[in-house]
Amino acid sequence: MNNSLIIGQYVPGNSIVHRLDPRTKITIIFFFVFIVFFANNLPSYAILVAFAFASMFASKVPIRFILKGLTPVWFLIIFTFLLHLFVTKEGTLVFDLWIFKFYSGGVIRGIAIAIRFFLLILVTSLLTLTTTPIEITDAIEDMLGPLKKIKFPVHELALMMSISLRFIPTLMQETDKISRAQASRGVDFRTGPIKDRIKAVIPLLVPLFVSAFKRAEELAMAMEARGYQGGEGRSKLRELKIEKMDIFVYIIFIVVIILLFVTRTYG
Amino acid sequence: MDITFENVSYTYQRNTPFEHKALEDLSFHIKSGSFVAIVGHTGSGKSTLISHLNGLSIPTDGKVKVGKYLLTHDEKPGDLKELRSKVGVVFQYPEHQLFEETIEKDIGFGPENFGVSESEIKERTHEALSAVGLSETLLDRSPFDLSGGQMRRVAIAGVLAIKPDILVLDEPTAGLDPRGQKEIMDMFYRLHQEQSLTTVLVTHSMEDALKYADHVIILNKGKKYLEGTPEDVFVQKDALKQVQLDVPEIVQFIASFNHKFNTSIPFSNQSTEQLAKQIKQALIGDELE
Repeated sequence: MNNSLIIGQYVPGNSIVHRLDPRTKITIIFFFVFIVFFANNLPSYAILVAFAFASMFASKVPIRFILKGLTPVWFLIIFTFLLHLFVTKEGTLVFDLWIFKFYSGGVIRGIAIAIRFFLLILVTSLLTLTTTPIEITDAIEDMLGPLKKIKFPVHELALMMSISLRFIPTLMQETDKISRAQASRGVDFRTGPIKDRIKAVIPLLVPLFVSAFKRAEELAMAMEARGYQGGEGRSKLRELKIEKMDIFVYIIFIVVIILLFVTRTYG
Repeated sequence: MDITFENVSYTYQRNTPFEHKALEDLSFHIKSGSFVAIVGHTGSGKSTLISHLNGLSIPTDGKVKVGKYLLTHDEKPGDLKELRSKVGVVFQYPEHQLFEETIEKDIGFGPENFGVSESEIKERTHEALSAVGLSETLLDRSPFDLSGGQMRRVAIAGVLAIKPDILVLDEPTAGLDPRGQKEIMDMFYRLHQEQSLTTVLVTHSMEDALKYADHVIILNKGKKYLEGTPEDVFVQKDALKQVQLDVPEIVQFIASFNHKFNTSIPFSNQSTEQLAKQIKQALIGDELE
């Protein structure tokens, strides 16, 4: 199983960030993604970094764990940094060796883009690290609520989302189980020529599909047996509620936005 | 082949918030040719233990020795495949691993991977099929057309066709009806004796452990809790109760019988017929005196 990719992996906890209403978290992250692109000087970046790190510390998710989860995207961050470094030809020449000519503008822009990337990934993974998939779907269903007026199937969409999220770990376990069984029968998933390795996937995929279809059928039957008839008139087990803490966090975030725009204009 | 565990520990997802110790400082020895039952409650580490037997898991600490193959955290044998051709594993619900178009192909899948010749595969397929008690007319059918119990037999035949020296069974009778359970277990016992296999049975059925095993290891929370012959282990009612395990029915019965009739019939893994005789002796014998 892939242990390094943390997007979608919830870390149980009881921090302020965990307890925030999921709608608050989604809204803030949505706007954060926008304002990241408005930062244009050192103080404005400092404000964004401070906000992101403050959220990270408040979440009490171990930093080592967050950094480890970022490993798959380090490559992307470094790549974009280098791209800007090589391509941008602004400012003064700071480094000149053979065909490599680095300009100060390139260095600054490269760093800026890398920071933006880092912030975006940090903040979005913080959402999935502190919010259960079910909470996220509930929030999305609630936030898309107005679309029901134009006959958009919001409830069905949310249900589909929560069912698929619910079955990701199940299917992963199933995959693990079947691959162990087939490995015991001599299938080699890890070594050998590519052709053989592709062929080795068949004994894994066929049983996986068979069991996924069986599960889907059983789930549909179980839902009907318990009286599920779609979203009409269905009550909720977990009511979302905006608390004082949410309002407080919104205020902080608005202050951050105002500060950002002030520094951006006058900084 | 002998199996030796030396201070084996296994930790899932080490160095993450999800770290979970599945096995802790586990040591035991399984003699070649013995029938060992590993008993424990859900989550006691039984399945993790099994995956060490053919190198699916490598211990995070300690040593596992299976025959001449040594598995430790730092070195695993270059040829895991060779080890896997010697250790056949029947996992829980083995019918979930079926995938081929015909039953014949599915049974031959394992031997084929281990490089067995075509004619030999054919021979083994027929042998394995008769061992699990299925008719040869099924060979060309799709495994997905069969009933659940038959699918299980096909999957088991697929493992038997590998001709392993060690047979590992992870709750092989789960979800079968009582008759199917008995048939399957009797079949494994017969194979164990006929082919002098080393058999490792993971189960939470104390009855099966008592009936078939000559050595019992009880696991609790990843540690070895009790070990010994069935006669020694299964009379320790209080110790077993502490880890939410019951003593087998016959032990329970002898204990309550002795208590009620003030007799002292010992438990020696006797059959019900033998026990009936002992009871007769104890009761009538008393009257005659």
